[in-house]
Amino acid sequence: MKSVCFYFKIHQPFRLKRYRFFDIGNDHYYYDDFSNDEIITRLAHQSYIPMAQTLLDMIKDNPGEFKCSISISGTAIEQLQLYVPECIDLLKKLADTGAVEFLSGTYAHSLAALEDPEEFIREVKMHDDLVEHLFGVRPSTFANTELIYDDDIALLVNSMGFRSVLTEGAKHVLGWKSPNYVYTAAVAPDLRLLLTNDKLANDISMNFNNPSWDEYPLTADKYVDWIASLPEQEQVVNLYLSMDTFGTFLPKQTGIFDFLKALPRFGREKGVRFSTPAEVLGSLKPVGELSVMHPISDIDEARDVSAWKGNELQNEALRKLYGAAERVSMCEDRRLKQDWEYLQSSDHFFYMSTKNMADGASHAAFSPYDSPFAAFTNYMNVLGDFLVRVQEQFPESIDNEELNSLLLTIRNQASEIDSLKKEVKNLRTNILNADDSNNAPVAKPETPAIADKKEPEAEPKTEPKATAKAEKAAKPKAPRKNAKRK
Amino acid sequence: MKALMFGWEFPPHILGGLGTASYGLTKGMHANGDMDITFVIPKPWGDEEKGFAQIIGACNTPVAWRDVNWDFVEQRIGKYMSPQLYYDLRDHIYADFNYMHLNDLGCIEFSGKYPDNLVEEINNYSIVAGVIARTIPCDIIHAHDWLTYPAGIHAKNVTGKPLVIHVHATDYDRSRGNVNPTVFGIEKDGMEHADHIITVSNLTRRTVIEKYGINPDKVSTVHNAVIPLDDELLNLKRSESKDKVITFLGRITMQKGPEYFVEAAAKVLQKNKNVRFVMAGGGDMEQAMIRLAAKRGISDRFHFTGFLKGKDVYQMFRDSDVYVMPSVSEPFGISPLEAMEMGVPSIISKQSGCAEILDNVIKTDYWDIDAMADAMHALISYPALHNTLRDKGIEEIHGITWEKAGKKVIDIYKKVINDRK
Repeated sequence: MKSVCFYFKIHQPFRLKRYRFFDIGNDHYYYDDFSNDEIITRLAHQSYIPMAQTLLDMIKDNPGEFKCSISISGTAIEQLQLYVPECIDLLKKLADTGAVEFLSGTYAHSLAALEDPEEFIREVKMHDDLVEHLFGVRPSTFANTELIYDDDIALLVNSMGFRSVLTEGAKHVLGWKSPNYVYTAAVAPDLRLLLTNDKLANDISMNFNNPSWDEYPLTADKYVDWIASLPEQEQVVNLYLSMDTFGTFLPKQTGIFDFLKALPRFGREKGVRFSTPAEVLGSLKPVGELSVMHPISDIDEARDVSAWKGNELQNEALRKLYGAAERVSMCEDRRLKQDWEYLQSSDHFFYMSTKNMADGASHAAFSPYDSPFAAFTNYMNVLGDFLVRVQEQFPESIDNEELNSLLLTIRNQASEIDSLKKEVKNLRTNILNADDSNNAPVAKPETPAIADKKEPEAEPKTEPKATAKAEKAAKPKAPRKNAKRK
Repeated sequence: MKALMFGWEFPPHILGGLGTASYGLTKGMHANGDMDITFVIPKPWGDEEKGFAQIIGACNTPVAWRDVNWDFVEQRIGKYMSPQLYYDLRDHIYADFNYMHLNDLGCIEFSGKYPDNLVEEINNYSIVAGVIARTIPCDIIHAHDWLTYPAGIHAKNVTGKPLVIHVHATDYDRSRGNVNPTVFGIEKDGMEHADHIITVSNLTRRTVIEKYGINPDKVSTVHNAVIPLDDELLNLKRSESKDKVITFLGRITMQKGPEYFVEAAAKVLQKNKNVRFVMAGGGDMEQAMIRLAAKRGISDRFHFTGFLKGKDVYQMFRDSDVYVMPSVSEPFGISPLEAMEMGVPSIISKQSGCAEILDNVIKTDYWDIDAMADAMHALISYPALHNTLRDKGIEEIHGITWEKAGKKVIDIYKKVINDRK
């Protein structure tokens, strides 16, 4: 029995508004609400909502036989909540069927995995908290931003407790191997890898509506047949598709939704089932190890990370952004934290790509900017303002380590003062009691401290304690610099 | 294939982009092989580069018979052309022009510039063209810009060969729409008589079609290219400066949009004091610009150099961090290409022809002062952007060659000649 896993990706970034250099320091709102609203509303009505309804119907009509998974970013959820809340309700309904697995990922669809491990861990946790809160189940399969993956990420994800990752079945990594098996990560033997089958995914996303394709038109019958006739040992086909393909690039009139609806019937006839990744991993054994030295992704011809880190502009912007990561992690300003999330979306860097030829066209098609240079300029202006705000939170002269310990001291001081106040009160009552009894017994062991504690300047006493704590707390921060990638 | 070209300027004695473009194109066509080009200019100086084209000066072409011996001709104009050519031309005088003011060789004097009696000089040029066209065998006639259209038409009438005219600019570009009726008349006449029209950009092509009412089928675009600069210019040393320098270089006239540059400069200076602006060039709006800079209170950081020429132009590029061309209407605009070759990132207006072929520049609308100021600020504040545009710009310019443009022109010749058959 072969399994097909559908993964539907939903992501939208918070696009930036036009932000000129003379706005730096004057205007702290960065987003193009109009186009964000327009785009997500249009996509929801053309694609997400009809698609979710189709999936609901398929699950209802084929109880227990049709399952799939959805990978949705935190920023997309926020935008849907803001502009198309009815779409969130549909996703909840899908979750309630129990037939849809929601995948783990980064909150802002960010590149943190490549830039800053600590930030990455925070991003994933934040994403999974939101998914769990909304859909009731904590994700167990990890799918990074555009499936970015390499050995370092494998270790990181494994250390976070994940046991399975979906990534790209890139030809240059697989070589002669087939993506239709479960593998394990060479560096983390208990981390299992699911690999996407690009050919079969493209037959839907690129070729379904392409009359010049030699297999056109594609029917559910034929498609399931192809899967059924794969070699017997190849037990799983992972199809990673952007959900907005359905209904926009493949409009309703092409019959794409009917194609999907017909799949389970033919699957039943030919022994192909539609599962969630968790199910597949429960039933299949890994056949081998995969080692990925250089990061791969599902974007562009090269299937690497050059779409976001391919030129000097992108690297500079990323460097400046993540250079502030540690500072931001110490801030508590809510709006600052929110901007930090939104500015991390990989899309901003995608727009800065200077690739030409085939890849360039897809970069340009999704970009709200005239040119990569305009994308860079606008982003850097916004980042300029953001960094000023970060700096204003704390004086620049203090370095991060020192600041961290000072912050701890301050936080500890509050509790310290509270407990001291209590002690003072206790002692006072004791003294009063003693005075009352007139016959003072021997003072309690704490008494010698009384004189000091009554003074408002209790600091000399508390400081050593606090710093000791601070040092302890600061320790996990130390490896950050070493862990950072070059 | 034999081509007879009429032009007005030729390097090194040039007054604008026309000479550079004519030279580059001729050289590029020659490089494609099998081209025999005769290039007519009003007045050669003798130091023009030869080898890829035969250069004939209109001022050395007799229009009336003079009985002069070989030695005399050799001594008088040997530096410009062979005496034999003089005699060949003399054999083809077609009317008696002795009523005109002629010199001892029977030639008309030309300034070769843009004198006040320009229309008269254009007319004289066309008289001379009649002699040349009767002497030099050709398959096609090619006239560069409106000054030479009458000569081209005359040559076409004499020889019956097809005429291609090359529109480097139109009066609509120069005047922001208030055309001079005489010039407009000459331009329209040339376009109507031409068998094919070559424009230097799609922008100019649209002007020709829409403003002059020409059939789109006979108008093609061949974008200009750039002649690689000499190492001597590329290796110029940068002058010491603590400040970033942003430069406008060109004629300070309405067409070039200098006021937008001043306004954008004022915006940048409000935020960033470590930058200087330079307006290099001369023109009828220079004083107005000096006053505008003073009015905006930026004169301490805004400098005027006056007209620059020769090496000074390239020294100016070398000393610049950013080059800006805010032209309101620019048929092509070769200077951003030169700036880019010198490694200076450029900001150009979307209303310029070269914007159609350049990728590694920042393009803004000429009137969008905010966008222009933002681009200026970005280029001096974000080194990554500056470096990228510098490196990719140089690479891009090296791919834009006159040889490719020449090939396109030759293909047009072939098509025009075939259509005649």
